[in-house]
Amino acid sequence: MDAPQLAIEVTGLAKHFGKTRAVNGIDLRVRAGSVYGLLGPNGAGKTTTVRMLATLIPPDSGNAQVLGLDVATQAAEVRQRISLTGQFASVDEDLTGRENLRLLARLLGFHGRSGKARAQQLLDAFDLSDAADKQVKDYSGGMRRRLDIASSLIVPPELLFLDEPTTGLDPRSRNQVWDIVRSLAQAGTTVLLTTQYLEEADQLAERIAVIDHGRVIAEGTPAELKRSVGSGVLRLRLANPEDRPAAHQWLEQQLGSAVTLEAEPTSLSIQLSDTGRAASLLSGLSGLGIALASFSMDQPSLDEVFLALTGHHTEPAEEALTP
Amino acid sequence: MTDALNTSPTPGSATTPGNRQRDALAKLMADRARPTLPGPMSNILTFGWRALLKIKHVPEQLFDVLVTPIMFTVMFTYLFGGALAGSTDAYLNFLLPGILAQTVVFTTIYTGMTLNTDIHKGIYDRFKSMPVWHPSPLVGAMAGDVIRYTASAVIVFFIGMIMGYRSEAGLFGIIQAVLLLNLFAFGISWVFTTIGLLMRTPGAVMTLSWLFLMPVTFASNIFVDPATMPGWLQSVISVNPVAHLVTALRAVLEGSATLPVIAIALIAPAILLAIFGPVTMLLYRRQR
Repeated sequence: MDAPQLAIEVTGLAKHFGKTRAVNGIDLRVRAGSVYGLLGPNGAGKTTTVRMLATLIPPDSGNAQVLGLDVATQAAEVRQRISLTGQFASVDEDLTGRENLRLLARLLGFHGRSGKARAQQLLDAFDLSDAADKQVKDYSGGMRRRLDIASSLIVPPELLFLDEPTTGLDPRSRNQVWDIVRSLAQAGTTVLLTTQYLEEADQLAERIAVIDHGRVIAEGTPAELKRSVGSGVLRLRLANPEDRPAAHQWLEQQLGSAVTLEAEPTSLSIQLSDTGRAASLLSGLSGLGIALASFSMDQPSLDEVFLALTGHHTEPAEEALTP
Repeated sequence: MTDALNTSPTPGSATTPGNRQRDALAKLMADRARPTLPGPMSNILTFGWRALLKIKHVPEQLFDVLVTPIMFTVMFTYLFGGALAGSTDAYLNFLLPGILAQTVVFTTIYTGMTLNTDIHKGIYDRFKSMPVWHPSPLVGAMAGDVIRYTASAVIVFFIGMIMGYRSEAGLFGIIQAVLLLNLFAFGISWVFTTIGLLMRTPGAVMTLSWLFLMPVTFASNIFVDPATMPGWLQSVISVNPVAHLVTALRAVLEGSATLPVIAIALIAPAILLAIFGPVTMLLYRRQR
């Protein structure tokens, strides 16, 4: 079969819930075989977009083609070729991990022995064999996530939706999920991933769309995005708070206006367009006799991305949990 | 136990846990076996299996279903028996078919409550995004409810028999009665799935369902013969579906059932299914 070049092609997609414009005219183009990131705060419209593309709710307007099929008129065909791992674990907590997988396998036509075998294969690949016969309610967050993703792969989909796959996970579990996503991408699956973390989108995605108030406010490769928001943030803590005005003044002379004074009286953060400058700034400060308690290089936070792109901070969403 | 999924991105060495996992996943993804998708009936049975698994893991959920009928049968027989029918034995034969109906009708509320608690969990998102027959998660859950209805009916018969009840139609009559109860319950439970989808909490589902069920069970022929009631109440009872169910059950258990009596008892559940089935599905599809 001729695979379409675009796994997802969306124009003017919109969805209202009452007066709330959850999605307000989104355009997306996702290359088949790539990992694509939707980046935005709670309530930006990421989940609603995913739910429309996964045929859970019909769009109010706009056109959405998934794997060359129209989500509005060919939903049944779409469902045969996609999988969804929702924001809240889409597994049955009362059942065991194995029962969850066997249930879904049966729904997809794996009966008897073939269903058992597929469940076992998934349990092994996701390192869940030891907990296979425990109820999911006793699983850790990371195990639940892995089972959730495994549940999406009973029949390997051509397109996988991962809605905030690492929200609420500890760093170790997060790294495991990242590894899984990379492996899936290597196997040729298209992945549409939503996230609140620039770092996650940067680590995994080939392209990123930044979403705010139901609209795409920036789109591009992680490198392009970081070029517009600065590639990193240098966070400094001074040994003495009295040194801060001098340090601030000197840094601003060097860089222009990209220095922020943090609430904590010894701390400053500096947006860098070129992370290579960090070393020279650090040695410059010590040359001035300003002692540092600590420093770190971070990716810009979502809030800093938003500040750079829109000039305003992320606003707390009215209904953070509304899909 | 999670070591096999460790990230350790040391390239080159094929034995690191990270690589092993990558290989396992690659193999998994390469196995693109796509069995033929099963039909609606198979989907329903699979969801019925899910309901059974849930009963297996959370057996407490059957407690109400089993204890309430015991309470009702014992309490009402000894409370009203002497006064209403002269003796508890005589009353038990009249009351038992009614208590069966009441028990099973009350149990249908659980269908709505279970759906209400279940549907807010992410797993319904998954079901909806899968190529399965859309109503099958709901119909399958109802198929699992057959266990509940049958268990509560069997308990009533069991307690009744200990207290001296005998069905004139024997085991065949009892089997027919249980079948009739299940059909009736399947029809009316769509009212409660609708309520279950409309309400925000299981508590609200319970309250609203009781408001609906109290009058239809008590303004009926379950406890007494309506002949002594005022005319207006008799006309209410003559159109009460629960009363028709009780009449049919009495006939079935006496061995005097005719097709029309059974058919009349099944009219209301058929109409309720025809109305609330589509309403439920519409609400289910709109659920966000």
